[in-house]
This record gives sequence, structure tokens and C-alpha cells, in this order.
Amino acid sequence: MKYVDEFRDPAAARRCAEAIARIATRPWTIMEICGGQTHAIVRHGIDRMLPDGIALLHGPGCPVCVTPAGIIDAAIAIASRPEVTFCSFGDMLRVPGEGGSLLAAKARGADVRMVYSPLDALAIARAYPGRKIVFFAIGFETTAPTTAMAVLQAEREGLRNFSLLVSHVLVPPAIEALLGAPDNGVQGFLAAGHVCTVMGYWEYEPIARRYGIPIVVTGFEPLDLLQGLYLCIRQLEEGRAEVENQYSRSVQRDGNRTAQEVLTRVFAVQPQRWRGLGEIPASGLGLAPAYAGYDALLRFADVAVPPERHGECISGEILRGVKKPADCPAFGTRCTPEHPLGATMVSSEGACAAYYRYRRPRSTALAATGGTL
Amino acid sequence: MCLAVPGQLLSIDDGDALTRLGRVSFAGVVKQASLAYVPEAEPGDYVLVHAGFAITVLDEVEALRTLAYLAEFEPEDLP
Repeated sequence: MKYVDEFRDPAAARRCAEAIARIATRPWTIMEICGGQTHAIVRHGIDRMLPDGIALLHGPGCPVCVTPAGIIDAAIAIASRPEVTFCSFGDMLRVPGEGGSLLAAKARGADVRMVYSPLDALAIARAYPGRKIVFFAIGFETTAPTTAMAVLQAEREGLRNFSLLVSHVLVPPAIEALLGAPDNGVQGFLAAGHVCTVMGYWEYEPIARRYGIPIVVTGFEPLDLLQGLYLCIRQLEEGRAEVENQYSRSVQRDGNRTAQEVLTRVFAVQPQRWRGLGEIPASGLGLAPAYAGYDALLRFADVAVPPERHGECISGEILRGVKKPADCPAFGTRCTPEHPLGATMVSSEGACAAYYRYRRPRSTALAATGGTL
Repeated sequence: MCLAVPGQLLSIDDGDALTRLGRVSFAGVVKQASLAYVPEAEPGDYVLVHAGFAITVLDEVEALRTLAYLAEFEPEDLP
């Protein structure tokens, strides 16, 4: 068992899609939460294996996409200070705030480093005690424990030159915000398998009951996604609204208790602004009072987080599943991965980037390559 | 962003609960990962690694159960 190829068997995928076609008697609209799932669905063409009438909406589970532009502007302001080395996951570097991207700041001379783990930022802090190292802590419940552990290690080592610009977000409040919206059309959810690996899925049980909506915790390989859809559609057809766990090789109901303990020690739940969605109560994590000393916005107190402005980008409607990328007049023309107008085109997990890469109409693809395809 | 990759834990380095590291093989590419969140992990286990941290030990019995469930969708089941 290698946990990858076994879950990509094309013949088994076809059989699962046939099984879905056998049980689906009505149209249903299902949203996958996680951008990683969106990417896999579009890449493997899973939505095209489904019977007509089964619509997949792509949810807000792309942390790069939902990080407010104002936080990115604050990141650029901090990164541009001569004494700062600013560390970020690679995906974040190209996302435009209101005033350019971190990559543009780097081109202007800012010391911006791409890291793979918050522990890499910590290693830079150890190696350069004369520099102020700031880590851009974004991500959902999967990523927040990795940030939290970096804080605990910095505390233990007395690393005073390490701080964090925190913009962590939580999935369940976002699901509730979507379900409570008057234009909600989602009838079932595929919950994000790796968020649930950390947090478990007990939090989703009251949501499934309250809104009468099936929620299936689902993995990321083609067979995971097809089985998750099968389970979700079977619940819809049978009139059930429960939490089921497709991704049981990774997810337990209680999640990873060790990670949760560190998470609740270092962070406190707070209201959070989401790009395109606005402020959602209790949907973010900020440093707990005991660790507020690691907050970059307190250390660099003159840096402000500007309020969000609304430009041409429709990523808010994309993230709520109300619109598809092709509904945007700028898609593939004025907005491309090289020149993105908004975050859903930047991250490989953003719906617009996934459609641009795998689903461009041929005419657009031709135009983009100068007609040489 | 929540990308997590399965790999096999080859060995565990010294360290306490906070700093324990392991060498993990991803189809032959070996990288170091923090084991702080998988205190139960042992060499030979498959772990799921996200942003430099193992976040769970994968359960082979459950993986086989999922594959067995899928194997029941046989073409001859067609009505």
C-alpha cells in the first residue's frame, strides 16, 4: 500500500461513476470545500464523468484566495522594511493586494523568501539573529498547527527576532455562512479531508442536522472524490443528512488531539475577514494573549491593514459557488495566471486557475499562445 | 495549500515531544519532517506530511476497506 496509485485506478473510477449514474434520479448540486479537491476534480475530469444534472460547485477552501487584499498590503509594507526578512509559502507571493504583490516587492529589493514550512522560517531566524524574520501565517486548520508549533519552538529557544503575520481561517463557520446566504444553492458538501485529519468531523454534525445537508469527509485522489460524491448523492436520494467519512484512512471523528491542543494553546478564535466573502464571525485564528508578543502587526505597529476595495474581480461570487470562472468577462483575457486580477486566478487551487489550465475553450487557448497550438 | 503527501517513515531522530524529527521517503525522495503531531508514529508507518509536519499515521486497514467498497461497484451489477 503506497496510498497514491491505488486510489487512481481508471477502471475503478469508471465503475464508481457508473454507480453514481445508477442511483442519481434527480439533479443535485454539491460543493467541494477544498481548493485541492477542486484542482483534482478539474484535472482528472471527474465532473465530466458525472451524469447530467449533477453540478459541482467549487468552494472557498483556498487560503491563498480568501486572504484579504489588505493583509497582503500589510505583508508588503512589512517585507519592504530594510531590517526584515519576510518568509511566505510560494503560493502567496504572486497574489495581488491593492498595491502589487510580494514578488513585485522582492523585485524592488525586499528580502522575501519562499519557504515550505514555518520551521524553515524559524531556521532562518536562528541563522540570522540580526534580522527580523516575519512568517506569513496563512491557511486553514491543516496549516495552523504547523504555525503554532513554530511559535512554541521560538518561545522555548527565546528567538526574539521571529514574528508572524497571521491570517488563519476556519472551515465550519465558512460553510455556515454559505448555507445561510439567501442565494445558497448547495445541497451537499464534500468536506476537506486534511482539515478534518487535524480537527476531526464532530464539528460538522450539528451543521448537517441544522441545515439538513449531507456532508461527506472526502480525500483528494480520483477514487476518493468519486466515492465521496457517491455517498453524498446516495444520502440526497434517500433523504438523509448525515456526516459520513470517506477518508477513513486519514480521518478519525476526533481528529488529531495533539495538534488541537497546541492549536488552542497558541491561537484564539476571532472574527475574520475573507476576501470576497466579507467578515465571518468566529472564522479566524489570532495569536492568544499569551503569545501576542509574536504578532508582527504589534511589532510593526505603524503598518496598517487597509479595508477591502472591490475591483473588477468576481472571486467573491466564485468562492461562494454562485458563478463559474467562465462567467467572468475578464477570464482568460485580461485575467490570466501571469497577470491575475484576483486570487482565484493565482493559486493553483483557485477555481479560475484550474479552469484556465485544464478547461480553456480552444479559441482562448489559441489566442493565449499566439495561435500556435 | 492543504496539500498533504503520503510517505513512509524511515527513521526517527532524537528529540523531545516538540522537536522530534523523522526521515520520510516520498516514493524514494527522502525529506525530514516534524513528528511532533504523531507521537505514535514508528519507522515503517506511512504518514501524511503537510508543510513539514506529519499530521497523521495512515491506517492501512481503513485504506483497504475503502478500496474493497469501491471494488463492489462491478460492471455486472448493472441492472
